[in-house]
Amino acid sequence: MPPAFKSQIASSLLALHGVSKAFPNGTLALSNLNFDVRAGEFLSLLGPSGCGKSTALRIIAGLSPPSQGSVEWLAQAMAADQTSRIGFVFQEPTLMPWASVFDNAALPLVLKGVPAETIAKRVSGALDRVGLAKFAKAFPRELSGGMRMRVSIARALVTEPQLLLMDEPFAALDEITRFKLNNDLLQVWQATGTTVVFVTHSVFESVYLSSRILVLTARPGRVSAELAIEAPYPRDQNFRTSAEYAAYCRRASTALAQAMIDDKPAGDQA
Amino acid sequence: MNATQTGQERRQERRDRVLRMALPILVLALVLLIWEAIVRINHIPPYVLPGPGLIVGTLVDDWELLSQSLLVTLVTTVEGFLLAAFGGVGLALLFNQSRLLEYSLYPYAVILQVTPIVAIAPLLLIYLPQPLAVLACAWIVAFFPVLANTTLGLHSVDRNLSDLFTLYGASRRQVLWHLKLPSALPYILGGLQIAGGLSLIGAVVAEIAAGSAGAGSGLAYRIAESGYRLNIPRMFAALLLLSIAGIAIFYVLSFVNHLALRRWHESALSREA
Repeated sequence: MPPAFKSQIASSLLALHGVSKAFPNGTLALSNLNFDVRAGEFLSLLGPSGCGKSTALRIIAGLSPPSQGSVEWLAQAMAADQTSRIGFVFQEPTLMPWASVFDNAALPLVLKGVPAETIAKRVSGALDRVGLAKFAKAFPRELSGGMRMRVSIARALVTEPQLLLMDEPFAALDEITRFKLNNDLLQVWQATGTTVVFVTHSVFESVYLSSRILVLTARPGRVSAELAIEAPYPRDQNFRTSAEYAAYCRRASTALAQAMIDDKPAGDQA
Repeated sequence: MNATQTGQERRQERRDRVLRMALPILVLALVLLIWEAIVRINHIPPYVLPGPGLIVGTLVDDWELLSQSLLVTLVTTVEGFLLAAFGGVGLALLFNQSRLLEYSLYPYAVILQVTPIVAIAPLLLIYLPQPLAVLACAWIVAFFPVLANTTLGLHSVDRNLSDLFTLYGASRRQVLWHLKLPSALPYILGGLQIAGGLSLIGAVVAEIAAGSAGAGSGLAYRIAESGYRLNIPRMFAALLLLSIAGIAIFYVLSFVNHLALRRWHESALSREA
């Protein structure tokens, strides 16, 4: 790419250039997806179910290669050792049922062969952050859905990732738990200074959490609108009930509706 | 839920447990009583049908002989079981690491399994020394469920967890040790539980086959031998010991299963937990 463009997005962590993904069964999940992720931001990918948001996340994580295009890591530190700087939170908690909360959260460090003392310190730090310090010895089945998701987040945090990828992590939770976890996630994000890419199909969730929203069209997914949410952090219950929040939600909903109209012909083709 | 209700539930649970223990014992006692009564009232001679009393008496009188045979059969069974456990799990691990090996060998494992062991035993007795042939029979019938279950278990890994291991750069060995084996553990234990009973059956079949060839000293051989001598009470006594051995093996393996899974696996959880 021309050097001029590169310097223009110097604060970017990574950029997707013309990323497309076709699955072996012929489904085109993403088509010519272009966006960058800026260091320290909370970026939401908002789109209808099945628009390839999750696929985009998997491509960023390196779990699935793009059919076309590329993912470029722009920050120096990231380029050196990409994978170790990524935390991934799946739709389900995805915990090992045979391992305690502590052992689950410790997994990324254990796999890296980190010394036991460091593991103990970092894991208890991460569990503290998500409010599970007292449950280190519990097993996943002894926890509620929300608590399991907290373990999953703690596990993603132990490596102190520069980039935290979250794939509709709270979709399966009840509203009360989701609001609580939204607040806690924002706290963690602010405390750690990590960059978050958050996939969701909830307008309200994306507006509440994000500093920037990318609205994706239905399959095949591509960016149809970009929305900066300029409300200051920390955000709390007051923001959730503010006129400003409602206005942003309206804009995001309109953008989402527009994205689905735009997409109609392509959607019918697929 | 209030306290009296939980108390009531607990009492009902306890009664349920007592009933589950007591009812089979009651049925057994009743059957034995009727059996003994029929034998006595009709004056059935012991070489046709011995009463339960006589059978227990024979068990006590012949204890020295029978206990030695029991030991022989049990040792064979345990050896066959251990070989099946390590062989089955080991082979499944090899298959899991190498597709080519799995494609090459799995069909033969199936063939070995579907061919009736009664038909293989006499052949084995020709080519192998007798104790080894008996052991081979126990192994052949016991190893397949371990192999099949372990293979299934190793394939039943949570896809997302697998992705997570990839993301964190886990080595093959780490994936095997931290992910595949623990995921497969409930399946492996299920396979072992089946293998325990089958190993005893394999040993018995081989002993019977060997017994007719005139060698051996296991419990099944005692049954065959006592049959030729019309020592029917001893046949029953030996059969009783075999049943008890089978039950013991089953419960030991169930207990191991419970110990290994009680904290996390669905099968080991009570509904209320």
